Amino acid sequence: MAEALLEIEGLTKRFGGVIAADEISLMLPAGELHAIIGPNGAGKSTLIGQLTGEVTPDSGRIRFDGQEITSLPVYRRSQLGLARSFQVTTLFPDFTALDNVALSVQAHSGHSFRFWSNARSEIALSEPAQTALAKVGLAERAATLVADLSHGERRQLEIAMALAGRPRMLLLDEPMAGMGPEESIRLVERLRALKGAITVMLIEHDIDAVFALADRISVLVYGRIIATGVPAAIRSDPAVRQAYLGEGAADG
Amino acid sequence: MSPPAKPSVKTGWSIGIVTPRIGLNIAVIATLAVVPAYAGLTGNAFALTLFTRVVILAIAALSLNLIMGFGGMVSFGHAAYLGIGGYAVGILAKEGIGSGFVQWPIAIGAAALYALVVGALSLRTRGVYFIMITLAFAQMIYYVAIGLDRYGGDDGLTIYRRSGFDGLIDLSNRTVFYYLCFGLLLVGIYLVWRIVNSRFGMVIQGARSNERRMRAIGFPTFRYQLVCFVIAGAMCGLAGALLANHTNFISPAMMHWTRSGDLIVMVVLGGMQAIFGPLIGALTFLLLEEGLSRVTDYSNLILGPFLLLVAISWQGGIDGLIAGTRRG
Amino acid sequence: MLYFFEQFLNGIQLGMLLFLLAAGLTLIFGIMDLVNLAHGSLYMLGAYFAATFADWANSFLLGALLALAATAATGMLLEVVAVRRLYGRGHLNHVLGTFGLLLFFNELVRLIWGPAGMTLSLPSEMLNAVEVLPGLFYPLYRLVIIGVTLAVAVLMYFLIMRTRLGMLIRAGASNREMVGALGVNIKLLYTMVFGLGAALAGFAGLMQAPILTVQIGMGENILIAAFVVVTIGGIGSIRGAFVASLLVGLADTVGRTFVPDLLHSFLSESASSSLGRALSSMMIYLVMALVLIARPEGLFPAAGK
Repeated sequence: MAEALLEIEGLTKRFGGVIAADEISLMLPAGELHAIIGPNGAGKSTLIGQLTGEVTPDSGRIRFDGQEITSLPVYRRSQLGLARSFQVTTLFPDFTALDNVALSVQAHSGHSFRFWSNARSEIALSEPAQTALAKVGLAERAATLVADLSHGERRQLEIAMALAGRPRMLLLDEPMAGMGPEESIRLVERLRALKGAITVMLIEHDIDAVFALADRISVLVYGRIIATGVPAAIRSDPAVRQAYLGEGAADG
Repeated sequence: MSPPAKPSVKTGWSIGIVTPRIGLNIAVIATLAVVPAYAGLTGNAFALTLFTRVVILAIAALSLNLIMGFGGMVSFGHAAYLGIGGYAVGILAKEGIGSGFVQWPIAIGAAALYALVVGALSLRTRGVYFIMITLAFAQMIYYVAIGLDRYGGDDGLTIYRRSGFDGLIDLSNRTVFYYLCFGLLLVGIYLVWRIVNSRFGMVIQGARSNERRMRAIGFPTFRYQLVCFVIAGAMCGLAGALLANHTNFISPAMMHWTRSGDLIVMVVLGGMQAIFGPLIGALTFLLLEEGLSRVTDYSNLILGPFLLLVAISWQGGIDGLIAGTRRG
Repeated sequence: MLYFFEQFLNGIQLGMLLFLLAAGLTLIFGIMDLVNLAHGSLYMLGAYFAATFADWANSFLLGALLALAATAATGMLLEVVAVRRLYGRGHLNHVLGTFGLLLFFNELVRLIWGPAGMTLSLPSEMLNAVEVLPGLFYPLYRLVIIGVTLAVAVLMYFLIMRTRLGMLIRAGASNREMVGALGVNIKLLYTMVFGLGAALAGFAGLMQAPILTVQIGMGENILIAAFVVVTIGGIGSIRGAFVASLLVGLADTVGRTFVPDLLHSFLSESASSSLGRALSSMMIYLVMALVLIARPEGLFPAAGK
């Protein structure tokens, strides 16, 4: 049985009177691709926020690779190997695609208190960056400013940046959002290729992709996980059907 | 909608093409290089005085551009470091320590120290709060200076002898002093260029571009921005030491908040994120100020609306594209 | 003891003047997201207008009313002609543009009224002193300032909390786009808010004119203090501005009065005088620094933007 890479214990968060996270507990073994689905407003962004460190939980604990990270700042968790992609593209718009990914590489290549040598000519940074771009099919767009990339290309870059730091675990926040059909298929293949090598928590609305990729699925409704299990089990779970799937797949 | 793709970070202001910019930079440097000769030939000593001031303030603006243009930290208190540097020289001179070898490192060190304190406290804030708190810290130093009766208080203090360097260089020779300042400016520009393109510079620029993403990919942005802030403060402290020598005078007015405003104007006019921008901006602003004052007694009636027009029409770089977090 | 109470009243009075300025600033900031360095210029114009009109009309009251109207009108005109083009442009643009306006207005005032400054005299009844506490006489006019500005504060409260305009203002402060989507004439709303801010600033200017100053550049110092108030109180919050302005007004006045004396018990005469003056000028900034360290968004930040 694989060791749990990520352990979430009783994570709770309230915003005023709204319970955004209600005693969420989850264990992700290393190498698993775990999908989180649920209707809009279920608390998915709050969950990601608490995992990455942007949101402080009211109670509960998070352990990553055996280490308690509940009160660690955002950058520290990233340095430990927990990478994240954003639902709304959050890149460096006035830099090129290559620069963007190179920054991600740089963050994981020691300290940056180097004031003299040109960072762009550092092979140790540009080579892995080029490779990461090639993997998402953006090799020819390396020298293009992010502001000039298409929406789909930017979504690819989002993923590439999260991967460039060679994370142990990837938190993907609705990566398919706004992607066209071919791009979505390509991303699914990309993620399938990652399975086993990297642990992935995938938050998605695209049910087809979820069922195609996930080892296990958790269903989040009103801040609570109402079911966790393999895709087949989730599909036939009556509570899930009622709360989510029963309302129809096209939700937002 | 978007400008044609360029293979590097956007440099320059609204001029999108590179070559005229480089031409301008060369022309400006060449012109500055011959100012003493021009002044000597035409007997126009004022030109030398004016351009010395341009060069010195260009160094100050250069340091501000490092944190504001490249780093996105809009500091409305940068004149404080000019004042600290200047007062270090002035106070030491008054107390009988006239050696530049002592005065200047202390000027730089004191400015760097204050920048460390201000930065450590201010960089925890965002947006307009950052602008306000940097302004407040500059005001604090301003009032401290006014309270220093022994060193002139509100009236200021005359420095009778410029910093001495044991015969190595004679600052009382105006031409020599000019070339020293000019040389330091060129060195400063080179240093900023290196810093901006280094790993450190990438972090600073990334933090300006999208601080949230920088943290998400693993950078502890605070410490890098603090170091940048200190470097800028130190550089501006040196400019302050130069300014005190230039005018043979120090006063709290050096760090009045409108002086900080002037520096911001210079950086914006010259083009944020442009290495030579602060020089162009300082030159433009000071020449404009000088020119206007010859034409009219009420130069701000023209300068004011001019600044407003610049503010209205200037695109501000990355604003308007994908949201980038920025201080100020 | 009596002396302390007198200074306390002075602190309240300063605080109330600051509130008038800060309220306008925080509204303009909260709703239009505009950093307005020219706010002090409107304060200055209020004083100059009042001095001029009071002279023409030979009546302080009439002069004050006319000045109030004139300043509000100037503010709205300024908004329509210039300021509105700065909206949405980023704070640095605001700083630059309104800085230009500040320089412009200082020069304009110098052109129209000359460099010397002006005086505004009070009707003679106002010059009397009132016995507020046994043995303590306090100028009637200063009490009037406190009273009138408190009334304005109450009026503001009703305006913001109880009227439709106030509701729009509050909504606009927390969600600009929504208000536009509701079909409200945003442009008009902004102009009116700016005009309101200008009126408040002008009012502060003319109220303090008889006892403090009418001169070029008078807006700058108090503007910074007003920004400090807004920062401490939380951007967009009138309540925050009220609390913070009292805090700042008291800190400044009490600081100036007592810090030099306090130091005098430790240091020599000259040292404590120098240091005392420096420290007491710094009081409000120290307060702000402390508040921001504990609460980087101020005491009562308005709901998220």
